[in-house]
Amino acid sequence: MASKFTRSNSTGWLMAGPAAVLMGLFIVLPFLFAIGLSFTNQRLISPNPTQFVGLSNYSQLLGIGLLTLEPERDDAGEILREEDGTVSYPALRGYTRNNPDYPQFDGMREWFSVSLGESRTYVLARDVVFAKAVVNTIIFVLVVAPVQGGLALVLALLINQKLRGINVFRAIYFMPVVVSIVVVSLLWRFIYDGQSGLLNNLLGALTFGAFPRIDWLGNPSTALGAIIAMSIWQAVGFHMVIWLSGLQTISPSLYEAAAIEGASKWQTFRYVTWPGLRNTAVLVLIVITMQAFALFAQIDVMTSGGPLDSTQTIVFQAVERGYGKQDISGGSTISVILFVFVLAISLLQRWLTREKK
Amino acid sequence: MTSLRLLATSIAITTAMSSATFAQTTLTMWYHGAGNEVESNIVNQIISDFNASQSDWVVEMQSFPQAAYNDSVVAGALAGNLPDILDVDGPVMPNWAWSGYMQPLQIDEAKIANYLPGTKGVWNDQLYSIGLWDAAISLVTRKSYLDELGLRVPTLEQPWTGDEFMDALAKAKASGKFDYALDLGTAWTGEWYPYAFSPFLQSFGGDIVDRSTYTTAEGVLNGDAAVEFGNWWQGLFNDGYAQATQDPADRDNGFNSGKYAFSWNGNWAALGTLDAYDDVLFLPAPDFGNGPKIGAASWQFGVSAASEHPEGASAFIEFALQDKYLAEFSNGIGLIPATASAAAMTENYKDGGPLAVFFDLSEAQALVRPVTPGYVVAAKVFEKALADIANGADVQDTLDSAVDEIDADIAKNNSYGF
Repeated sequence: MASKFTRSNSTGWLMAGPAAVLMGLFIVLPFLFAIGLSFTNQRLISPNPTQFVGLSNYSQLLGIGLLTLEPERDDAGEILREEDGTVSYPALRGYTRNNPDYPQFDGMREWFSVSLGESRTYVLARDVVFAKAVVNTIIFVLVVAPVQGGLALVLALLINQKLRGINVFRAIYFMPVVVSIVVVSLLWRFIYDGQSGLLNNLLGALTFGAFPRIDWLGNPSTALGAIIAMSIWQAVGFHMVIWLSGLQTISPSLYEAAAIEGASKWQTFRYVTWPGLRNTAVLVLIVITMQAFALFAQIDVMTSGGPLDSTQTIVFQAVERGYGKQDISGGSTISVILFVFVLAISLLQRWLTREKK
Repeated sequence: MTSLRLLATSIAITTAMSSATFAQTTLTMWYHGAGNEVESNIVNQIISDFNASQSDWVVEMQSFPQAAYNDSVVAGALAGNLPDILDVDGPVMPNWAWSGYMQPLQIDEAKIANYLPGTKGVWNDQLYSIGLWDAAISLVTRKSYLDELGLRVPTLEQPWTGDEFMDALAKAKASGKFDYALDLGTAWTGEWYPYAFSPFLQSFGGDIVDRSTYTTAEGVLNGDAAVEFGNWWQGLFNDGYAQATQDPADRDNGFNSGKYAFSWNGNWAALGTLDAYDDVLFLPAPDFGNGPKIGAASWQFGVSAASEHPEGASAFIEFALQDKYLAEFSNGIGLIPATASAAAMTENYKDGGPLAVFFDLSEAQALVRPVTPGYVVAAKVFEKALADIANGADVQDTLDSAVDEIDADIAKNNSYGF
């Protein structure tokens, strides 16, 4: 294969040339810059010279510490309790702020904590917002990839029929993809509105007012879910079309053979359709995963990462730091981390979905 | 990306236009008011008056939408394509001056001697920008509401104390007539937070950064006064006086349609409120112990460091500093004119005018936001901290981490030259 790639293939190179040059100029080159900048203290705008800072940007983002605290006790050795009955522990800021005995925790904040018996173990992160952004992004990917892919397949199977007016349905399902994600996000902000939003009115009407009004985007427990639902709806049509193209490459003679053999609908799907969609499935899975990791526009328009960091994402943080806070080196570092992350997952997906011989 | 594309277009347009001029030297100008027709008309009027008044310079303007303006200037500076004249939001000016985007103005100090202090953009003892107007915030309510709730009308000499203010909110809530007692404008994200809410913090005795050194926020943003402020701020939402997330439509029309008893809003929204009610009161900020405070400084004009003709750019800005233009801006879009003499020429700010109180508020209570290049970052950190506290985050922890982030940024920038 390699020899064919390099030898007497000038036409191929000529055709790939324009795209390759543009991608090199606007994707590969900036990314190489980002790797370089992530080892410096480069600012967006500053009269100060750029300095090499080694790995400090990475340790600033990824630094994590563990601290186990014993409950506070009164003089008699009894465990002190808060007003609500929970065990009282010494304040964390006594350990994380200007405490010379714990220099390794200086500037860290609580990410989450777990109780083990009487003592409580705190997981501290140097950059809690980034840590939360990573977790939110992973949750987003884990939900969106299977649900959006599966839903798109169902829709593709539904519209892959010879029915009158089926093109109307194809158009309807595909429509959200054509509309800009910014516009879609703005519209869904109205739908999710806590006071008079469409969703609240709809749920209220269906339950005769029994359903309480929820501020979908203003509530930390619903905000990410609301964005996930909207994102799935928006892009499902795109993947439906890819599935559809895969469905149409399956030879009709296979279906005829299955029908002659007396296969049920499920058997036809399981043993004819699904194996035929193998390569499409790999493509859809990888594309959704990569798109989901790049979650940005919805967050920027709808929540700006709030409330209480419940919708922070990796790319939103990269932009927020690089441009908003003028910290190009910090933004670059996040981009590099994200790249390594996505690359690793894509390679893993390739390996898991490889053709076993 | 959008701002970059916008920039490319604007550069193309400016180049195309400059080739059409003759012996005169062309000065380019960027302005943040795209989309506001009245504002654009006034600026265009000043430009054509200036172009007609002399034969050396021709000013040509390119307007940007406000939301994309700052990004466009930064992108323009990085690409080496700044115009001669640009306008700049007051608190952002030190950042641009420090970064080397702007140069000091060459205008006659005597001309601006009687300008409101908030309109003068001074950094490192030099005047970098000057505003034709200022903006001010007041606690908007109606006389009839105060009468019903049995509250005294606070004055500039005797504003409400923090306790009186909370008492007013409690009574408004108890009356059951309003959706919420107070409209803080939490729907307006961005610079609104530090502009509108940091004066509360300053009235409690804290600040965004320590203004004596400008090298740390430790102690002022997480000290006792700041924690007291944070608890008060959280209480506003926990006790149901205000909304942590607000529908933008409620911000625009909520007070005018009777949903709120009080609204913390700027003079630019005052004309609409005056149309809605005939007994509107614009009350001074409450005093939480360290004097009543409101924010100062709005958009101002400056000269870019890249300008090859700073004398021409300064001449234009000096030309714009005429009372009649100050008055036109005020009449057109409701801004506070920068001088008392211009105020006397306006419909709303002349003695006895419906908005004259804002001129007095601006003179008496206004405090500029921290004058440091680091403000741009500190403002973002402050905004996030307030939003988090409003949503229920631990006050001390949130303020501590805000301090850490501001201090880390200051350290990364070699103390911004302080």
